[in-house]
Amino acid sequence: MPRSVETLVGWARTAPSRATVLSGDEVTSDERLAETLTSAGARGVIARGLGRSYGDTAQNAGGLVVDMTARDRVHAIDAETGLVDLDAGVSLDRLMRIALPFGLWVPVLPGTRQVTIGGAIANDIHGKNHHSAGSFGDHVASMDLLTASGDVRRLEPDGPESELFWATVGGIGLTGIILRATIRMTKTETAYFVADTERTANLDETIERFSDGSDEAYDYSSAWFDSISTGPKLGRAALGRGSLARLDELPEKLRRDPLKFDAPQLATLPDVFPNGLANKLTFSAIGELYYRKTKNKRGQIQNLTAFYHPLDLFGDWNRAYGSQGFLQYQFIVPLAAEAEFRAIIADIAASGHVSFLNVFKKFGEGNRAPLSFPMPGWNICVDFPIVDGLGRFCRELDERVLAMGGRLYTAKDSRTDAATFAAMYPRLDEWRKVRDTVDPDGVFASDMGRRLALTS
Amino acid sequence: MIDAVGHPSSLLLLGGTSEIGLAIAERYLEGGPLRIVLAGRQSTRLADAAARLSRAGGHVETVEFDAKDAAVHTEAVRKAFAGGDIDVAVVAFGLLGDQETAWQDIDVAVELAEVNYVAAVSVGVALATEFRRQGHGRILALSSVAGERARRSNFVYGSTKAGMDAFYTGLTEALRPDGIGVTIVRPGFVHTKMTTGMDAAPLSTTPEKVAEIAVDAVTKGHELVWAPAPLRAVMSVLRHIPRPIFRRLPV
Repeated sequence: MPRSVETLVGWARTAPSRATVLSGDEVTSDERLAETLTSAGARGVIARGLGRSYGDTAQNAGGLVVDMTARDRVHAIDAETGLVDLDAGVSLDRLMRIALPFGLWVPVLPGTRQVTIGGAIANDIHGKNHHSAGSFGDHVASMDLLTASGDVRRLEPDGPESELFWATVGGIGLTGIILRATIRMTKTETAYFVADTERTANLDETIERFSDGSDEAYDYSSAWFDSISTGPKLGRAALGRGSLARLDELPEKLRRDPLKFDAPQLATLPDVFPNGLANKLTFSAIGELYYRKTKNKRGQIQNLTAFYHPLDLFGDWNRAYGSQGFLQYQFIVPLAAEAEFRAIIADIAASGHVSFLNVFKKFGEGNRAPLSFPMPGWNICVDFPIVDGLGRFCRELDERVLAMGGRLYTAKDSRTDAATFAAMYPRLDEWRKVRDTVDPDGVFASDMGRRLALTS
Repeated sequence: MIDAVGHPSSLLLLGGTSEIGLAIAERYLEGGPLRIVLAGRQSTRLADAAARLSRAGGHVETVEFDAKDAAVHTEAVRKAFAGGDIDVAVVAFGLLGDQETAWQDIDVAVELAEVNYVAAVSVGVALATEFRRQGHGRILALSSVAGERARRSNFVYGSTKAGMDAFYTGLTEALRPDGIGVTIVRPGFVHTKMTTGMDAAPLSTTPEKVAEIAVDAVTKGHELVWAPAPLRAVMSVLRHIPRPIFRRLPV
């Protein structure tokens, strides 16, 4: 069934919409895909990967959605240069499994490996190593973009069409369909991390740990922080920082197969969770456990799951929020806004909106993409179950983030408005100009594009 | 687009001067920016309504729409959608009329039936077409408890609302496979211009209260709600009371 009408949602399972989904050889054939674009109809087309964006980026109500997972070929791996040439529908999980035996590591990994190359570029995703490695777009040597006219263009970061390259990085699929890319991988001797873990007692200590220069010693660094406790425990955190282990750092036992893909999963959560289970009581208890489990330890050898993806122990964990779903609020503010940033953390804890999955990280330099999220600053991510009053609370947060010169992340946002988004991304018009040139008739469209008035 | 917390970007009010409709728009405006299309007859009342919503922060447009002229409904609805997606459409127009005149005067009775029932059906069909093309959206239909059981004192109005309520109940099912939601609100006695001078029935309410219930129902995807909520139980009892007793009740 190459075409079917489906209800699509993002990872947070909010704001569903119906679209005609193209799959199979409708997608794998360049010719048919190009034909589809030239006869798309008024509601347009958007590419979709594995649906891990939290909001409405990969939905297109009343229009066409191209399920890119059908394009899943890895064309070439060069262990020497570290370049991998592959289709945009390949997941980072698969790329990692295929590339590890060659001593190659995925250069930027977000909180899940279940994202496609196309999605990674279109959202310019980042990971725990942002301060040392930048975001995904910084590791793309070239990509093939199918544009509205049906032509495939090969784009390079410094090539003749570098503007279109950087408008596509972070461009949430609205410049065209990314068909194929060449990724510059990171060389590694092992698939393990040498990690230091520690607990901080409060927000002051947490900020201090990220400000005292110690971060520079690690390639990877982030913290889980307590966003529910108020008072002296406010902002206490469990830090996990480390770097890829060298072969001589591994214990004897692991040295025999240093590049083994070691990422266990315990269980997949069933879809039976009632609404309201995600509440202050349960979150406080799980948070306390998680915090206490973290010991102050240096030089531990950890596998990918333990160090990087503790949530991957539970597949489909988004179901735990029940049918009403949740929203993820991720923002970044410049380092200079530290005082107001502290106030926001305190106000989130006092708000009554509870979040368990909280990420705290200090970001490094951003890149040239006009809609790329990262910039030097404090990055915070919290998950709120959908309850009455959450919309208003998030609007207040928006205003404060904006006043600090900060912004929200397209891969996470599911609710901000067009004016707020435009104010957060001052280079939006620059991006629009490139987009409108490559897609003058507005073939590419998405629910997010409409909500944020990104496309005309 | 309706966002993750249920806030729409755009709202269409069919019956652009309806007090409950305007209260719904104002309620939505509290939740964030909103483009509002007011569909109604060009008049100072419509201009006043537009000004009121603009002051509340809305981006307001108006579209010519006369509930009595079914021939232009499709075109009016199409025009309302021409300026961009409509996320929520409120079927808010209606006439109450003078009941004692209505059941004895053909013109008055037919006018009530045409506005409250025929027009509600005709815009319902037009909205369904636009929403299915668009692939998302919700319809909010303002019905009335008067349609749940016809009363001697109010049966012409009640019969028109019974018809429109049944139509939108059916439309809820017809649009379900397309992911288009329909919410029916059955208010009781609402203090508005339409009811000025009338004796308030028990459990009477205000446009603002009805708006609060209606917006909450759309946000949560509820298909049928009463305003105020206790009317649901009251009407459930009233529907089953035998006629000899019912006709003696002071309702």
